Amino acid sequence: MDDAGTIIAFYVLAGMTIGSALGVVVVRNLIHAVIALIGTFAGLAGLFVTLSADFIAITQILIYIGAISILFLFAIVLTPQSGRNNQETFLRFPALALSGLVLAVLVYVAVDTKWNVTEQDGFAETAGTIGELLLDKYVLPFEIASVLLLVAVLGSIVLVRPEPAEED
Amino acid sequence: MFLLKGEWYDLRDLGNTVGGLLDDLRDIGAPDWTIYVTSSLIGAVGILLWTVLSCLAFIWIERRVVALMQNRKGPNRVGPAGLLQPVADALKLLLKEAVTPRSADRVIFWAGPVLIFIPALVVFAVIPFAPKMTLADLNVGVLFLIAIAGINTPAVFLAGWASNNKYSMLGAMRTIAMLISYEIVQVLALLGPVLFVSSMRMGDVVAWQDHFNTWIFFIQPVGLLAFIIAGAVETNRSPMDISEAESEIVAGYHTEYGGIKFGFFYQAEYLAGFAIAASIVTLYMGGYTLWGLEDYVPAWLIFLGKLYTVFFVYIWTRGTLPRLRIDQLMAFAWKFLLPLMLINALVVGAEVLIWRENDIDATPALLAIGAVNLVFGAILVAGWARFLGHGTGKQRGQRAILTQEVGAVHFTPEPAP
Repeated sequence: MDDAGTIIAFYVLAGMTIGSALGVVVVRNLIHAVIALIGTFAGLAGLFVTLSADFIAITQILIYIGAISILFLFAIVLTPQSGRNNQETFLRFPALALSGLVLAVLVYVAVDTKWNVTEQDGFAETAGTIGELLLDKYVLPFEIASVLLLVAVLGSIVLVRPEPAEED
Repeated sequence: MFLLKGEWYDLRDLGNTVGGLLDDLRDIGAPDWTIYVTSSLIGAVGILLWTVLSCLAFIWIERRVVALMQNRKGPNRVGPAGLLQPVADALKLLLKEAVTPRSADRVIFWAGPVLIFIPALVVFAVIPFAPKMTLADLNVGVLFLIAIAGINTPAVFLAGWASNNKYSMLGAMRTIAMLISYEIVQVLALLGPVLFVSSMRMGDVVAWQDHFNTWIFFIQPVGLLAFIIAGAVETNRSPMDISEAESEIVAGYHTEYGGIKFGFFYQAEYLAGFAIAASIVTLYMGGYTLWGLEDYVPAWLIFLGKLYTVFFVYIWTRGTLPRLRIDQLMAFAWKFLLPLMLINALVVGAEVLIWRENDIDATPALLAIGAVNLVFGAILVAGWARFLGHGTGKQRGQRAILTQEVGAVHFTPEPAP
């Protein structure tokens, strides 16, 4: 992370991520907000690439841009009164204060922490390592996540299943 | 072969030309980044030129072939045998006024074609056209294919939504429902080759097939079938083209697009078709190798030959098969292909494990795996189809509910009178 290209890429991508994240909050039209969110996801994927985390970057694109954003779009389109978009609300200033506080805490932690700097040269392959760790050392969390997903799938099926016809 | 000595003019491998140029650059002391930029520019321009030319050629071929299949003549007026028809079409699209509907969302309406076109082009970066002709041989290449194709989904939705037209919206919703369902099938189908090769690098997949002198097609027939079907969905070709079914919703998500904006959609569709064909060739059909023939014939010609053959199969199905209904299509993905692919992944995992753990010789092992997979796949397909039943009779006396909103019909039993 020392050569000029990576540094330029980092600042461009960071600007893109933060800018579109701001857009998500500021923009009035909900669909535009989702587009800004997609921009944030893409910027994050780029940041992962600059960190040599190729697998996570690709997964970020696959899951977040390809699937999660669609989930948001569906939720917006299927919500009856989504046409009202983001409106004025009396909670604006409390929300601003709260998010300012969160930002202050995060900045303080980031500045105050002693970051461990590791020397890693070149581009290490991560996909195989992640796979082995997931199915070996962290197999229990992995399985718990699968069970959680299974429960979500079952729940959604139960929710949309039509009532069985009454037996006479 | 007197002309072919691995020099820069060697036609067998155009990569040598680029390699020679880059070496020259290095010799005159150019900094590293210029070498990167030059090589990526050459690759990108080459891919762009090739796709544009192939598109032009296949617009004519597809229209003529489909016309022959349907007992028509097809375009035959512009130039000899209608050969200049695609050029005329392209010129017309370029010169036409690009109308934006007044109620459309201007920015997103404009961004839609671009967002669809870019991923369709970027996919080719990981495709190995010949031994030295891959733009970026990523070590997550297979995943890259799926991820980049997945960007299409929000792009299609945005194009449909921005048009502010009911038909566009219906088409977009249908496309999304299809893409999301069949993406899962596609990922599970690709687990087969990835498990066998134990690498997601496209170059490694080709090298593996070359080394064991086989095609993954022979040991994964059911996986290839599912992948071809999912590919037809991704490229919006019939029998899966309900997202732009002319008889139902005009032209789907690009109803409001005209001129060069429509041209982008049209070309992106072809690019997606080529990309799917290229992935099938690379992952299932040995890529640029053809049992030693690649030593005599340019490897990229073999690759293109295979690619066009696979693409021709898509034209063929388009010309012959009728369109499916959306509920049939979704049921097919979730009830038929998905369980099939899950079992397939399990079987492949077990086979690879047995092969690795017991140090079996490659030839008998691959023969056995191929035979087992073929028989097992045939039994599974036939049995599962019988279990699900093919008739539509069961749906009579049923009532459509909610999903009508997205152009889908979901049936529930009619309440008893």
